[in-house]
Amino acid sequence: MSTAKAANAEEIESIASAEESAIEGQREISDTELRAIVEALIFVADEPIGGRAIAEVVDLDREAVEAAIQELATDYESRPGGLQLREIAGGWQIATRAEHHEHIRAYLKSKPSAKLSLASLETLAVIAYRQPVTVPEILEIRGVQSPSAIKTLLDKRLIVAKGRKETVGRPMMYGTSKEFLIQFGLKDLSELPSIEDFQDLAGGATE
Amino acid sequence: MEETTQAAESENGVNVSSDPPQTISVAGAQPEISPDRDGDQLRITLGEFEGPLDLLLYLIRQDQVNIYDIPVARITDEYLRYLNLMQELDLTVAGDFLVMAAQLIDLKSRMLLPRDPTAEEEEVLDPRADLVNRLLEHEKFKAAAQMLWSRATVEQAVFMRAEIETDKNNPEVVVGLFDLLKVFQEILARHKEEVLMEIEREEVTMAQMIERLRNMVRSAGELNLLQFFERAQSRRELVVAFLSVLELVRLNEISLRQRETFGEITAKSVSPA
Repeated sequence: MSTAKAANAEEIESIASAEESAIEGQREISDTELRAIVEALIFVADEPIGGRAIAEVVDLDREAVEAAIQELATDYESRPGGLQLREIAGGWQIATRAEHHEHIRAYLKSKPSAKLSLASLETLAVIAYRQPVTVPEILEIRGVQSPSAIKTLLDKRLIVAKGRKETVGRPMMYGTSKEFLIQFGLKDLSELPSIEDFQDLAGGATE
Repeated sequence: MEETTQAAESENGVNVSSDPPQTISVAGAQPEISPDRDGDQLRITLGEFEGPLDLLLYLIRQDQVNIYDIPVARITDEYLRYLNLMQELDLTVAGDFLVMAAQLIDLKSRMLLPRDPTAEEEEVLDPRADLVNRLLEHEKFKAAAQMLWSRATVEQAVFMRAEIETDKNNPEVVVGLFDLLKVFQEILARHKEEVLMEIEREEVTMAQMIERLRNMVRSAGELNLLQFFERAQSRRELVVAFLSVLELVRLNEISLRQRETFGEITAKSVSPA
């Protein structure tokens, strides 16, 4: 135990002096230490932090940092803890595991926040898959006007305007935002299942 | 289907139509029916009312017909009955529903016309094809919406650490247009106060201004936008400067940050990830 404590103290000291040594560029950081630093940075970042940002802070090349992140991710996966390390919206984030939500809510005394309405979700789905997409194009797919849905999505910052389409009336085009990735737990847009995968579901259900 | 509001006095208060006893779950909507204060009349609130395509899909599914072979006449009649019902219930029938009704009636009449016997076999397109494609497309997105819904549900069960002190000092808040306009306005106001001696009309083009902004951001790393705007010599140049900021943001070359509300806005270049 005492050796572990000593190692810990040493680490704290080394982190305290990290700033100076970064300037000198002399200090060697061991793999274990780098992993620990990476973990601490991901923890303290208030939104998903990418390998590049971490590499800048620790002043090491990107590859070493990415490798450390991967190792850390494996660590997290293999240990049965209450936390998960996950890749989201182009960065990394430490969050609780979903299965503990009841206890966490009991502690935070929070209720699940209001969900988006079905109309908003449908509009969001069209925007996510067809972006950049204009209001008339959304209307074509949904078969119904969705002004309030679009307003809600804009208010919640799930979608952003992406310029105007060079066509009659120059309608505004919309696309999803980083906030969308965060709220739906997506690494990037390619993580969405292909829209064609819903085909069988759609055709099959009605026959 | 008539007198539906009166007929709705069944035990659970959900069954509305007298024939057949069923809930009007129009296109997946979950209507709530509650007596008003006096209890004389029933109020109907349609929770999530969807569009005409949803209604069509609902009718097709209810009748268990093949979506690729829709009995247009029957479905059109049912569709119109629902439309009437909606009007009777004093629901504001959205224009989209009427457009679809017109399309259905048009389709119905085209289905009645004999096919051109001289036309090639391949050229004879099913007049319903367009509608079927739209319905299928629409269903795909409904399924996608369901997927988003379940993702959001899982995400709501995941928590991040609580806020810490440094969070609010370093907001990665995307600066809104109005924040930008405010800075712009401040500088315009300041410019007004200065005595201007314009001797030579120096025109700075948008391209030059964008280049200047690029260079300044690149050399400074993080550029206070006030500095950038203040270099402008004239009101016109200032406008061009402002537009070039918007342009570079649009092109995703720079990102803007504001450390605190109404604070100074800094620009940083976005290097490709």
